[in-house]
Amino acid sequence: MTKLTFIAHDGTHFDMDAENGSTVMENAIRNAVPGIEAECGGACACATCHVYVDEAWTAEVGEPEAMEEDMLDFAYDVQPNSRLSCQIKVRDALDGLVVRVPARQG
Amino acid sequence: MTDITRTDVLIVGAGPVGLFAVFELGLFDMKCHLIDILDRPGGQCAELYPEKPIYDIPGWPSISAQGLVDKLLEQIAPFKPDFSYNRMVSSLEKLEDGSFRVTTDENEVFEAKVVVIAAGGGSFQPKRPPIPGIEPYEGKSVFYSVRRMEDFRGHDLVIVGGGDSALDWTLNLQPVAKSVTLVHRRPEFRAAPDSVNKMYAMQEMKQLEFQVGQVTGLTGADGRLSSATIKGPDGDVEVPCTRMLPFFGLTMKLGPIAEWGLNLQENLIPVDTEKFQTSVPGIFAVGDINWYPGKLKLILSGFHEVALMAQAAKRIISPGERIVFQYTTSSTSLQKKLGVSG
Repeated sequence: MTKLTFIAHDGTHFDMDAENGSTVMENAIRNAVPGIEAECGGACACATCHVYVDEAWTAEVGEPEAMEEDMLDFAYDVQPNSRLSCQIKVRDALDGLVVRVPARQG
Repeated sequence: MTDITRTDVLIVGAGPVGLFAVFELGLFDMKCHLIDILDRPGGQCAELYPEKPIYDIPGWPSISAQGLVDKLLEQIAPFKPDFSYNRMVSSLEKLEDGSFRVTTDENEVFEAKVVVIAAGGGSFQPKRPPIPGIEPYEGKSVFYSVRRMEDFRGHDLVIVGGGDSALDWTLNLQPVAKSVTLVHRRPEFRAAPDSVNKMYAMQEMKQLEFQVGQVTGLTGADGRLSSATIKGPDGDVEVPCTRMLPFFGLTMKLGPIAEWGLNLQENLIPVDTEKFQTSVPGIFAVGDINWYPGKLKLILSGFHEVALMAQAAKRIISPGERIVFQYTTSSTSLQKKLGVSG
């Protein structure tokens, strides 16, 4: 199990154990993290699971691929550390990952 | 009086479930007309994820979303459904004879004894961009589509986005507008490379401006824009702007169906699980837009729903007629309708 923390826009922390191979988005939905909508269900087709990766983790999480960058065009207030959480797969190296939920999704 | 298109069943939404409804209704000799806000059939499958494989269609271990749409079109072809694309249904009225009159946003009028709402997540509508305070300018200075190019003549135009719509209109409106500034959050585009190259060439010739950044504010009064603030890599830039065209993709909204007097539950339409009928007899709801205990938003659930719905629709359209349950595998009369011989 890998530990994940979502920080909602109001500052509430959501700590959870995530299974390796699952997506960060799936864990947000399972734990009812407010502000993660994931309208398309993880198909990288909607940009409503947008998160900011904590600065300490951006290198390990990595950069979005071209298709994800394209979808990020539709997200709200995109920052250099923006990612779509449906495109981040949980793995051992991400144990302790912290992501923040933006003020709104699109 | 506008011409009235009459059909047995009017289907709102041409996604996979709306398409398969044509098949099940067709087996009972009901003629269908489908209306969709998109310019082609397939709904979310065609618009959101055409190339993604779907793994839970029975009999297809893996099929692309567009592949499924193509197969459904092939499957319903014998029933010769009619399609109206780029249309949104607006009003619905119940007539004295029990049928329904449905009007579209293009003022076309349809009359049908049965209406099937297969509208999925709702109608695809332009997404409002994340620009604070944009609402009062919408429809006055900010537009989400170009109906007439003349409306942009002589204006300082700001186009926001990086897809084909944004690039195409940048190129097409450049000769008409007083000035054109294209704003996109990064120098890479989703649009066709050819359009992007043309845009850069025109920028070289100082025929238009391209700004990397995100629009963060608007200035103007009474719905009339005067300038836009663009947050770029080197800070804020103020750009003259009297017309803006943001292209931020599409989102799904229930739209005017919400005003049809049906019971709703959090933007879903509750139905019974025998007929998939709404609170108004003669109006059915199938697929992602309906709700009943245990509902799963799966394409295969929608397929099941339309099979049962078709039985109930037949009872409305041909009252008193005995409904014979038949298999396509063995019934020669069904095979005749499908144009195949057993």
